Formats: sequence, C-alpha cells, structure tokens
Amino acid sequence: MRVVLDSERCQGHGRCYALAPDLFDTDDDGYGFVVPPNGVVPEGQEEAAMLAVDNCPEFAITVEP
Amino acid sequence: MTDLETRTDWATEFDHTQEAYAQQAPAIWDELRERCPVAHSDAHGGVWLPVRHEDVSAIAHDTENWSSEGVIVSPFKPEGLAPMGYAPPITSDPPFHKDARRLLLPAFAPRQIQKLEDDVRSSCRELLDALLADGRDVVDAATEYAQHIPVRAIAAMLGLPKEDGDRFRQFIHRIIEKPGTYTDELAPEDTFVYYIQQQIEARRGRPPQDDLIGFLLEAEVDGEKLTPEHIFGTIALLVVAGIDTTWSAIGASLWHLAQHPEDRARWTSDEAVRPFAIEELLRFYSPVTMARIAKQDTEIGGCPVAARDWVLLGFPAANRDPEAFEDAERFVIDRQKNRHVAFGLGIHRCLGSNLARLELTVAIEEWMARIPDFELADDDPSAVRWSTGQVRGPRRLPIRILATADAAGTTHPAEEA
Repeated sequence: MRVVLDSERCQGHGRCYALAPDLFDTDDDGYGFVVPPNGVVPEGQEEAAMLAVDNCPEFAITVEP
Repeated sequence: MTDLETRTDWATEFDHTQEAYAQQAPAIWDELRERCPVAHSDAHGGVWLPVRHEDVSAIAHDTENWSSEGVIVSPFKPEGLAPMGYAPPITSDPPFHKDARRLLLPAFAPRQIQKLEDDVRSSCRELLDALLADGRDVVDAATEYAQHIPVRAIAAMLGLPKEDGDRFRQFIHRIIEKPGTYTDELAPEDTFVYYIQQQIEARRGRPPQDDLIGFLLEAEVDGEKLTPEHIFGTIALLVVAGIDTTWSAIGASLWHLAQHPEDRARWTSDEAVRPFAIEELLRFYSPVTMARIAKQDTEIGGCPVAARDWVLLGFPAANRDPEAFEDAERFVIDRQKNRHVAFGLGIHRCLGSNLARLELTVAIEEWMARIPDFELADDDPSAVRWSTGQVRGPRRLPIRILATADAAGTTHPAEEA
C-alpha cells in the first residue's frame, strides 16, 4: 500500500499528522507531507493510513495498492 | 417547518441573528436540506444560506466568484476593501491573502501550539479549583469555565494583559452576536478600535516583545514593513476569532456530555476514544458560520445569485448533511470517518484550528478528570440559551455536579464532595 498526499489540495488541517504520525508530518507552516520513502506504508500501518484518508476534509489523501 | 410561535418560513425569512433561529438551528438546517437547500432571506440586505456540504464546499473553494471582503453579515457591507479587507488574512482575497496568511502560519502550526499545552492545562485546573472551591452543586460551565480558557490563551500569545479578558468579551459580543447594534451608543474610548490602538501605541519606541504583536510590528513582506491598517486588522482578527468560537465549542461539548451518561462513561474508561470524540463534538456542534460576498452574478447549486449578495457559509449545516456523513444526525463518539468542516475549507481554513483543538481537548480532559458525572441543572435542555449570529454556543450553562474526583482519580458523589 502506498499513501499519496496532494499538496495542491492540502490546507493544513493537520488531521493526517494527528491520526497517522508515522506516515505524515507537517512543515513549519503546518502543511502535511508523507514520511516513508515513496509513500510505502509499513506493515501494521494500513489502518492508520486509511484513517488519514477518511478524515481529511480536503480529500487530499489517497492510497494506492 | 414554520416556527409555531412566529410562523416564520425558514426558507425565505430566516434571520441568523434572532433568538428563534439560534435556539433551533440544527433542526432548521435539516428541514431546509430536504425542502430548499439554498435558502434566501431579505434580512441584512439579502442573504443566502446553503446547507448542503457540496454547495458550502464549492463556495469555500471558489475565490473567483466569492470575496472574503465581508465575513460577518451585518448592516456594514464592505465594498472596495479587497484584496486586504479590514482584518487580514480572514478578510483578504488572493493574491494579497497568501502572504498575509503565510506570515501567521508558523505561530499556529501544530508543534508551536503544542508548546502551549501546559499553560492551557494549568489555566483549566485553576478555573476548576475556583469553581469547586465553595462546594456548590450547581455551577455555570459557560461563564465560570469555558469562556475564560480561550481568553487566557490568546492574550498570552498576543501579549495582551490577562486581566483585560472581560473587555475582550464585550468587544466580541458587539461584533459577533449583535453586529451593528451598538455603534451609536459608545464613547470612542470604549471601542475595540481604541483599545487595540492603545496596545500598539504602548509598544512604540520600546524593544520588540516576544509575542505576536511584537512579531507583527517587525514583520516584513517583500522587504516592506506591514501597513498600520494591516497590523491593526490582524491583531483585531486574532482577538476576535479565537475567543467566542472556542468558548462555544467547549460549552456545547459540555452541554452534550451533561445529557449523555453513556458518552461520559466511554470518555472516562477509554482513553483511545478521546481524539475521535473531540472531532465528533466539533462536527456535531460546529460553532462557526462564515460569510462571503458575491464578486459578480453567480450561482449556488443552480440558484442564481446577484453580484454583492451575501452568503452564509453554513459549515455547521454541512456537517450534518447525510450526503457527506453516514448517520449524520447521530452523535457517534468513535466516528472513524469524519471529514468535518468545523474549521472551514479551502485557503481560509481556520488559522487557529490547532490552538482550538488543543484548548477543547484539554478543557474537556480536565473537566472530566475532576467532574466525571454531571447533568443539566434545568431538566429542559432548551432552557439553555444559544448565542445568535455566526458563532453558536451556549452562553449560560447551569450544570449540576453529580460527582467529583480527586487527583488520585477516586470519585466522590456530590453529597460528600
């Protein structure tokens, strides 16, 4: 599973960072970015990835198989 | 639905500044969504109210057709103030908006805000100590607790005297709850404008202070200092935007918990549910509605809108739209899919959202740790008065304390407390 964050859509709501702190971080302005290289979700983090997807108000986060 | 006492048809005659609307707003939105999802009223010179998530989201993301020049519907309808507006960046349009907002983002980013947690927590604990000190069984959770928490936090960030809290609340009441009502009766030195100007004046010729006012006075965009209007407007915004809003969210959350023993029990027993509970409280009791002004003739969900018309961005209504949320009408304490828009959408996403979340979380944690069991003092939930205007929350919240807990977590029924 890969996680993708569309920075054009991100408005810095901070939900991904709060719900999946191993997968997302925020820059100094509060915008999110993906932590793992190429967005590859480590085993056991799939649920956290889905939480980030399902709680982003801007629909900025998606997962790919 | 028509109001049985006043025979108001909410689809054509709503007025969000009236008590009747404030008392039953969520029911009005639900009914409008079924019957007339883009309501219109002639009040305030003509105002639209979309209640579907889809329409609210479309407007919030469309800065081509909608200006933020006016964000509070009132008899004062700004014209010619764009792109900065009177309180940047909330009243700013692109391209001015971007730099004005960028300046402020770092101070409100998650890691910076996290540093305030200890202060917010001690402030909540102090308030609870005072509230419980005289052993009363009925307390007002709005005026004795919720309203003080954001005042202290924002005063500290801006570097304004903590003891000015009562004055802030008066200013904000005039601006938000009853816009335009008081303008004739005030002495100039009692106004918000005068207060802020005095605060700025007091800093002149002195070394910069390490707070947000100090930062704004020194800040530069493209090598230029900010204009006095910009500095004044941003300080005014930061005072106004963070207080009534957060106070409302804390109060509404306690109003909910007072009526739901099952949610209190879950909060207490299940630490992992708390972050989800906070988001659901934000969804279900979103306090803030923003406004926009149409830049030109446009439309909302197929309804033609004339240039210069007001629109209320019904974020609280969007949060109860069944098209956007499963079981939208139910409070689900552990809701896993919650793309709520309590903090808005698009480029104007609430700058203080991280601060508001911190304050709400800590306020509820601390209340629940000390007062795990409580109920509304008046058995009739509609006896609680909700504020009018674009920020909705309980302004008086009499609570009967049923049990208190000590620092060790041992609970005591109210009789022996």
